[in-house]
Amino acid sequence: MMKAKLFVTLGAVALMAGSAAAQEKLKVGIVVTLSGPSAVLGQQARDGFNLAVKQMGGKLGGLDTEVIVVDDELKPDVAVNKVKGLVERDQVNFVVGPIFSNVLQAIHKPVVDSNAFLISPNAGTSNFAGPQCNPNFFVTSYQNDQVHEVLGKTAQDKGYKRLFLLAPNYQAGKDSLAGVKRHFKGEIVGEVYTPLGQLDFSAELAQIAAAKPDAVFAFMPGGMGVNLVRQYRQAGLANIPFLSAFTVDESTLPAQKEAAIGFFGGANWAPDMKNPQNEAFVKAYEAAYNSVPGTYAMQAYDAALLIDAAIKSAGGKLSDKNALRAGLKKADFQSLRGNFKIGVNGYPIQDFYLVQVVQRPDGKFATSLREKVFSDYVDVYAKDCKPSN
Amino acid sequence: MSLTLLYVQTLNGLQLGVLLFLIAAGLTLVFGVMDFVNLAHGVQYMIGAYLAAMFTALTGNFFFGLALALPCALLFGLLLEFFIFRHLYARDHLDQVLATFGIILTLNQAVKVIWGAAPLSVPIPEIFSGSVVLMPGLLYPVWRLVIIASGLAIALLLGLLVTKTRIGMLVRAGATNAPMVSALGVDIGRLFMIVFGFGAMLAGFAGAMVAPILSVEPGMGDNLLILTFVVIVIGGIGSIRGAFIAALLVGLVDTLGRSFGPSILRAFLDPAAASQTGRALAPMLIYILMAAVLFFRPAGLFPAKK
Repeated sequence: MMKAKLFVTLGAVALMAGSAAAQEKLKVGIVVTLSGPSAVLGQQARDGFNLAVKQMGGKLGGLDTEVIVVDDELKPDVAVNKVKGLVERDQVNFVVGPIFSNVLQAIHKPVVDSNAFLISPNAGTSNFAGPQCNPNFFVTSYQNDQVHEVLGKTAQDKGYKRLFLLAPNYQAGKDSLAGVKRHFKGEIVGEVYTPLGQLDFSAELAQIAAAKPDAVFAFMPGGMGVNLVRQYRQAGLANIPFLSAFTVDESTLPAQKEAAIGFFGGANWAPDMKNPQNEAFVKAYEAAYNSVPGTYAMQAYDAALLIDAAIKSAGGKLSDKNALRAGLKKADFQSLRGNFKIGVNGYPIQDFYLVQVVQRPDGKFATSLREKVFSDYVDVYAKDCKPSN
Repeated sequence: MSLTLLYVQTLNGLQLGVLLFLIAAGLTLVFGVMDFVNLAHGVQYMIGAYLAAMFTALTGNFFFGLALALPCALLFGLLLEFFIFRHLYARDHLDQVLATFGIILTLNQAVKVIWGAAPLSVPIPEIFSGSVVLMPGLLYPVWRLVIIASGLAIALLLGLLVTKTRIGMLVRAGATNAPMVSALGVDIGRLFMIVFGFGAMLAGFAGAMVAPILSVEPGMGDNLLILTFVVIVIGGIGSIRGAFIAALLVGLVDTLGRSFGPSILRAFLDPAAASQTGRALAPMLIYILMAAVLFFRPAGLFPAKK
């Protein structure tokens, strides 16, 4: 008799739990760049996130998950409108995005002031890491400067005396060279800013050849990097070490191919990182999307794991924002990059590596870990973040 | 500022110049002969590059790829003319700008659907890869020399075609007074179509030739189109000779200005201010040049006679 009653009670509890879960449905909005020359970065992020959701059976934190993907077109005004649609009309619980820093500046406020959390899988600007840090904003990539700092530190550690710097003439380009100079103490023999979108670097390459530096540092994202790397090799300069940020990675290598072999980059991860989760991730990603994942895919995958961990730690209650926030801070999951914590400003504390382009035995091109440059690296702006505000 | 650097930068300027000429030649004829503003001309350059990339990948040889890409670029230009542009000749310039701008957007997206958003690359043909020593200390990529040579050869051919042949004579006559040419019994519609297809093929050729040094990506023609308009305005609309001179001028001013501007300014200003000003000034130089030319010769350097 008692036993039967117990079963009924258990059954009722299970039923209630089941119905509660059915009501609690998780909505995630993804806002990334899916059109224009940089679309491939957004595609990687979207695919990385979707892969994680698929592998967890369509459930993050045990809740049925609906993923709404929108294209920000790399236009801040378009992004703001679409993000407002996500948080107001679709009532999403999390917004994951964007790729580009200028879009982040635009969508930050509309999201963090709403009922949703903003999780950036790529852009990590300095202002939101420092005084303007916000408790509803988290980053699964890095603070932008850190990647450039890796190369400055590398140039310093390798004993290069004369460095030539090359970047596009816009804010991120200037920040990049400032990040390099933070750790490099030698002579800067040339500092060239090119118009954003320039595709023929013959004039700059001639200047590099004339200056004969010990090494070159370049920040040339997207199509600019594809052109620079190929022309650099064609100009016969490949004997000068090529250090770069966002210039040789899995999004540009399919076009750069052999021209990029041996060139260096800085990153928090590479596809050949040795840990079981990462090996499984790279294999699954390549099988599903027929391309090698880059950091964009990895960081979006980790963003999905972060959301999953936060919901579990909040006991599946999406309405309890404080519990969710605590869960996001705790970041209790195994990141594909191994060492990963969320710092006081919502930005990661992690290791950074020097990576080098290689051709894998299967013929595809990828970056490969060379050496650890920073351990448990906290960005320089975190000290200006007062978590109370 | 060594002499070697000056030589290299001059070659670089020439190379940009002949590239601009290949695109500008078609544009200036279409604008001059048909009085038709074709913003979609840059797209034809992009299509040429994509066709070359695709056929090179299929055949494994750049020259086969080029040989297949050129007729396809021509055909594509003719199709565009037949289905869209010929219906716009009689409309005013604003309608033409709107329609051809729409074609830019459509084709940039179409290219992305067909070939993907990631940039494609084309290897440099084996026999032209590497660099040559032109003089001690002056190393230059062979392929860029090939671009300069082929561009100059085409300029010469085009010059002969326009000045010495019957069709060239009709084109010049059409640029001066199209209704009169038509009244003399020339099928002006067919003439327009030939000029248009030819212009599209030249732009496609330019795209195919740069495919080995630039990445082939959606929207690659858009930036170049603006420079090309600067070229035809400086050169005088409808003039092949003007387009040639202006293209070389723009190529040289742009390249030399970018690399030597800051060091020349250093003679007058302190280094920080010089590099700051030089950086700001370099991209403006060609527009300053255009303004200066228009001030002294409002119809351009070599206007087609009206």
